Amino acid sequence: MEFFVAQILTGLANASSLFLVACGLSLIFGVTRIVNFAHGSLYMIGAYVGYSLIQVLPGVVGFWGAILLAGIVVGIIGVLIEMLVLRPVYKAPELFQLVATFGVILVIQDLALIIWGPEDLLGPRSPGLRGVVRIMGEPIPKYDLALLVITPFVALSLWYLMTKTRLGVLVRAATQDREMVGALGVNQAWLFTGVFGLGAALAGLGGALQLPKGGADLLMDFNILTPVFVVVVIGGMGSLPGAYLAAIIISVLNVFGVTYVPQSTLVLMFIVMIVVLMVRPYGLFGREEVAGEHGQVGEPERPIKPASNKARMIVGAGLFLLALLPIFGSSFSLVLATDVLIFCLFAASLHFLLGTGGLVSFGHAAYYGGGAYVAALLVTHANTPMELAFLLAPLGAGLAALAIGWVCLRLTGVYFAMLTLAFAQLIWSLVFQWGDVTGGDDGLLNIWPAEWLKSTSTYFYFTLILAVSGIILLRHIAHSPFGYALRAARDSKRQAEAMGIDTARVQLFAFGFAGLMGGLAGALFVFAKGSVFPNELEIARSFDALIVVFLGGVKTLAGGVVGAGFFKGIEETLLRFEYWRLLMGLLIIFVVIAAPNGVVGSLRKGLERSGLIKAGDQ
Amino acid sequence: MLEVSKINSFYGKAHVLRDLSISVPKGQVVALLGRNGAGKSTTLKSVMQIVQTMSGEITFAGTKISGLMPHKIAKLGLGYVPEDRRIFTDLTVLENLIVGMQPPREGAATWTQDMLFDLFPNLAERRNNRGKALSGGEQQMLTIARTLMGNPSFVLFDEPSEGVAPVIVEQMAQVITQLKSEGLTILLSEQNLHFAKVVADRAVIIESGEQKFDGTLAELEAHPEVRDAYLAA
Ligand SMILES: Nc1ncnc2c1ncn2[C@@H]1O[C@H](COP(=O)(O)OP(=O)(O)OP(=O)(O)O)[C@@H](O)[C@H]1O
Ligand SMILES: [Mg+2]
Repeated sequence: MEFFVAQILTGLANASSLFLVACGLSLIFGVTRIVNFAHGSLYMIGAYVGYSLIQVLPGVVGFWGAILLAGIVVGIIGVLIEMLVLRPVYKAPELFQLVATFGVILVIQDLALIIWGPEDLLGPRSPGLRGVVRIMGEPIPKYDLALLVITPFVALSLWYLMTKTRLGVLVRAATQDREMVGALGVNQAWLFTGVFGLGAALAGLGGALQLPKGGADLLMDFNILTPVFVVVVIGGMGSLPGAYLAAIIISVLNVFGVTYVPQSTLVLMFIVMIVVLMVRPYGLFGREEVAGEHGQVGEPERPIKPASNKARMIVGAGLFLLALLPIFGSSFSLVLATDVLIFCLFAASLHFLLGTGGLVSFGHAAYYGGGAYVAALLVTHANTPMELAFLLAPLGAGLAALAIGWVCLRLTGVYFAMLTLAFAQLIWSLVFQWGDVTGGDDGLLNIWPAEWLKSTSTYFYFTLILAVSGIILLRHIAHSPFGYALRAARDSKRQAEAMGIDTARVQLFAFGFAGLMGGLAGALFVFAKGSVFPNELEIARSFDALIVVFLGGVKTLAGGVVGAGFFKGIEETLLRFEYWRLLMGLLIIFVVIAAPNGVVGSLRKGLERSGLIKAGDQ
Repeated sequence: MLEVSKINSFYGKAHVLRDLSISVPKGQVVALLGRNGAGKSTTLKSVMQIVQTMSGEITFAGTKISGLMPHKIAKLGLGYVPEDRRIFTDLTVLENLIVGMQPPREGAATWTQDMLFDLFPNLAERRNNRGKALSGGEQQMLTIARTLMGNPSFVLFDEPSEGVAPVIVEQMAQVITQLKSEGLTILLSEQNLHFAKVVADRAVIIESGEQKFDGTLAELEAHPEVRDAYLAA
């Protein structure tokens, strides 16, 4: 019993930061409809800034002052991000803003590295709250007790702000219908900025508050992101009480998990989430996201057409030149080209899901990394020949996608996206924590191709053939009756069903097929590198694919491939620089602002305007 | 007071308003009539710049408003009552009014919550109920009350008589007449000709986004063929 109470108290204390970060994310999403992926980064800056301030400000007042100030500083940073990065892209197609926040993540990672260095910083103890108190005989850190008091206090202040002030009323009104709020004379731009700043401040405060328990390091941004998404999804997007309750559930669960099932703490969280969503699809306190809300009028979709002869010739010529690469190129360029091709296939499979299917998956790395792991596990544990592994890896990934898709497709919009991300993280944590089989963090090594593919140039040709066929197949399917059915389901579920299309099945099949092709890319990857590590399953990998698909252009079929080729090429070039993330992040932000239709879309518009191609030409 | 001249509006590629001009003099009530899909709502949205106008010009009280953001236009004293009501259903009646609140404006009546509750006694009883708990008629009243909280000198009404019970239609007509007598200028979109006759000084008829008639209601009365050609029975 005593132990039980102590565990619960620890869990409640841990819930503090999680709640602050989650409700910031929730608030921002409610008003701006932006899933702020950079929220973890704001949390991380909060910790770093708090750390630095505590070094200079002495004593108890200094400590708490530093934490408060850290929140304010991060709030100001949030305001700047909103004004400089997001404001220019609010008019861009929905979800495009996401990419801008990816760019912000990269920039912040490198800035933190430059300012605070690569070492983990040990969190300073809170003056006056060192040591423990005994509650029912169990030691409870004093700082935990302080957190137990602070969190409800912050929650109450937020509740007051949201219900009793005009600002809060406006925020809630804008969450429902921001265009109407504008028509009533409220400047939405400032409301957005204010909410973004507030959300950022909460994240920063969360980061600073956890310093004595955790310190500051460069992995905090992604590490917090997953539990925060889980909390927001369990609680319901936009609900503060929901975020509070969910943060407590997850934290308490985690504390007990560490005691009783230490190998599967991560997995536990996702299981809870999946169970909640099966019972309450929009979280404990959430509401259904209404598609096509007021105020989002995009450009009409262009009809897609088969490639013109001119386009075919250009692509053919490009492939021909690529095929000559082993003759003229260096072996470095061959390795690079192989990587780019694999990534193009991976991106094309996501593009199929996103563009043709309208299904925004945040966790596509699950199938790419999944395919790689299926192949690697087969080779490691069953001595499977490469050829068979190449067949089974995409199948395995495709089957996983079918199973996961079956669950996720019960939801729509942002909940669907979050759930796909959660499943990807579930797979990542399975691989990460199940070290006996998967090698855990050490990965699986010595996964080389068969004798006949050993040389770099033959493997390059092999990749070229498989990747190009894969991409052509994806394109072909987008133009087939199945592709039409998929697009019909995307544009209007009701109309599609009225036409006799079983939308659920069509979408599930598309999800499975995209997973299969992702798995093929993963298999190509693992044999090209000879090894695989859990980071092929990470959020960051899913983001890579999302970035290129969005930047390439969701609405143009070539977008995924061109984006992948373009950005992988640039990334490999930038990798040589020490601060490549900073450069890449800035580049992404620049492209988002300069080319809001994606590279391909904007290029085509430019060409159309200058009269070089006819409107509607592919 | 409001001059709409030769505006063109689009939804994507669909050309909805074609060189449309409307003029509303200060203190008058002008009814904008036309069938389903004629472009009435689009006209009002274009004035608010919720739908952007591609060409033409709109001026309000001497200020060019085409190209401004909707909130700037609202701040100039233009109130908008949308057709689908668009009240904030998660907010209480009082909170809905708070969203609409704007500082007093010279040359326009200044409204308080109490005055609005006098105007719409039904709302007074329900002030702490959420928007979603209200009946259709009450929601319509709340939409109007919310707009009046901005102390507008001019209001765009989009079909205030649509989809509410006859007794509420009656009440709407009274309210609009009262607002007019207090000096408010109004542009009102309507399909209900009888309602327009009760409240309006002048009528503009549009069809497929083009103006087909502009005159007093008496003139419209004198030309039944116009009515038969462009208005539903
Ligand atoms: N959001 C939209 N996207 C595309 N087309 C639209 C949109 N809203 C309206 N339209 C089209 O524009 C035209 C004018 O519509 P509008 O709503 O202005 O008509 P209305 O006169 O207000 O009709 P009603 O009496 O039914 O309210 C119609 O053909 C309609 O189909
Ligand atoms: Mg209308």
